Amino acid sequence: MSQSRIMPGFRPTVSFTVFYLSLVVLIPLSTLVFKSFELNFDYYLNIITHKRVVAAFRVSFSTALGAAIIASFFGFIVAWVLTRYSFAGKRFFHAIIDLPFALPTAVAGIVLATIFQPSGFLGKFLKENFDLQIGFKPAGIVVALIFISIPFVVRTVEPVLQEFDSRMEEAASSLGATRWQVFAKIIFPNIFPALLTGFALSFARGVGEYGSVIFIAGNLPYISEIVPLLIITKLEQYDMPGATAIALTMLVISFLLLLLINLLQHWVRKRSG
Amino acid sequence: MSILLSNISKNFGQFAALHDIDLEIPEGELVALLGPSGCGKTTLLRIIAGLEQADKGKIFLDGDDKTDLHVSQRGIGFVFQHYALFRHMTVFDNVAFGMRVKDKKLRPSETEIAKKTHALLELVQFDWLHNRFPDQLSGGQRQRIGLARALAVEPSVLLLDEPFGALDASVRKDLRQWLRNLHHELNITSIFVTHDQEEAMEVASQVVVLNKGRIKQQGSPAEIYDYPANEFVSKFIGQTNEFTLEHYTVDWFKHIGLPISAESKIAHVRPHDIEIVKTANNDTPITLKDWQHLGALIWIELTKNLPNGKPKLVYVEMPNEQFKRLQLNRGDKVDLKVRHAHWFN
Repeated sequence: MSQSRIMPGFRPTVSFTVFYLSLVVLIPLSTLVFKSFELNFDYYLNIITHKRVVAAFRVSFSTALGAAIIASFFGFIVAWVLTRYSFAGKRFFHAIIDLPFALPTAVAGIVLATIFQPSGFLGKFLKENFDLQIGFKPAGIVVALIFISIPFVVRTVEPVLQEFDSRMEEAASSLGATRWQVFAKIIFPNIFPALLTGFALSFARGVGEYGSVIFIAGNLPYISEIVPLLIITKLEQYDMPGATAIALTMLVISFLLLLLINLLQHWVRKRSG
Repeated sequence: MSILLSNISKNFGQFAALHDIDLEIPEGELVALLGPSGCGKTTLLRIIAGLEQADKGKIFLDGDDKTDLHVSQRGIGFVFQHYALFRHMTVFDNVAFGMRVKDKKLRPSETEIAKKTHALLELVQFDWLHNRFPDQLSGGQRQRIGLARALAVEPSVLLLDEPFGALDASVRKDLRQWLRNLHHELNITSIFVTHDQEEAMEVASQVVVLNKGRIKQQGSPAEIYDYPANEFVSKFIGQTNEFTLEHYTVDWFKHIGLPISAESKIAHVRPHDIEIVKTANNDTPITLKDWQHLGALIWIELTKNLPNGKPKLVYVEMPNEQFKRLQLNRGDKVDLKVRHAHWFN
């Protein structure tokens, strides 16, 4: 098999990749899996079907999903504006987009909590005018996750938009398509695989996010408590089996969801030639 | 449908791409916009299509003012140099696109669309490719699909931007013939842009020569070739020898039969309008430098030392047979006879 390859070094590169992957990903994760084997299955079920745990899973995955959808929408618009138009301060915006990558997430969480709490200036405004509370509610978690995940969408969609052949748009226009039809039938289908990647990254980041969320969430059990926080709480109570059981479940669900998104991506790409 | 352009001007910043273009194209013609790169020919085509807006001037299609109409409303078909096929759609969907985006009231039924799409693919001889994606096709195939897609909306005018520019020579040759035959069949008023004069002469029924944003000449290929209106056209279309009249070249010009007039100073002579004569006695010798075989024709390079000390190169073209009869060798001294010349100021 290796003789017929054009690029040399198949064996060493694959060996290195597997070794590296084992060291940083597979070994820690399998430790988690093995650790959970120490649990008796009934006990395991007991832990993860606990009302508070189920509620935390619901909060974590629904807020991550909501945030990923909203971030995909706005991230797409940001990427569109950054690639399609030139305006004063464009470089400045480019730099700002990446800030959430670099900023300690706790800082983001504290800042967001300060503004969106009922006495904060945005929180107060929303409360008085729209009777809307963001801080210390699941909505607050969504806000924090959007903040964290928008750059993932922008940076995956942007290069694809940049490379998009504008002659295709012109061709569609010359064939009588309206602006909306050009967007819906020509631009969007070509951007969609990249948008899906951005969505998957946002979602994955959102499910695992801890630092920014705990400050704004209020962390009320059953309402705004996320799974990572629950794991920490269990650890702090020296409930190792409990923490392991929840972590394993989270791992499996996340893995299945990402696998699903990957399959979807594969299907979309195949369909678009 | 006839096309009338009046007073079209276009600037890109400081650069004036088009100056006051007036052009009339009668119905059913196949017109080539010919010129060197940067002459404004593509810009002019895009303005006719509505993909670009003119700064000044009006566009009439069939007598109707279409200047301010959006490209999607103009009823034109546009074919791109790099095909611009929709890469996420099959060949079939590409061709059907124009019919599917029509207003609900005007849109044909899906069965009618399918029937027409297959008919168009049949026309470009590629119905068997209808399930493929553009990335799976060769350049020549893609360009034919591009044309079928443009024809699907029954355009009144077909505009082609360097349609063969990205193809290799042999495919280009085939497609030129094919486009001309297709035009005979469909008779849609068509304009194509090219920088290749051979292509323009071969395909078009009318040629418009542009340079630096101005029309230099418009006419049939024969007119443009036989009666070039100015130096630029004469040089750009086909090969030409340039003879500049100076006090020290008068005698030589008289000797080789170039008629001298008072007002013109520059003579252009086509290589096939010069005859080579073998003489033993020659006062104003010209030397045979080299020759190349071009198949049926021979391309001959001759050189003459002018009194100002500079050598003058002259190119002559003649049939292979005739060249053999002359039995010339490199370095032979010969005499020339000019049969026909164009004089410019």
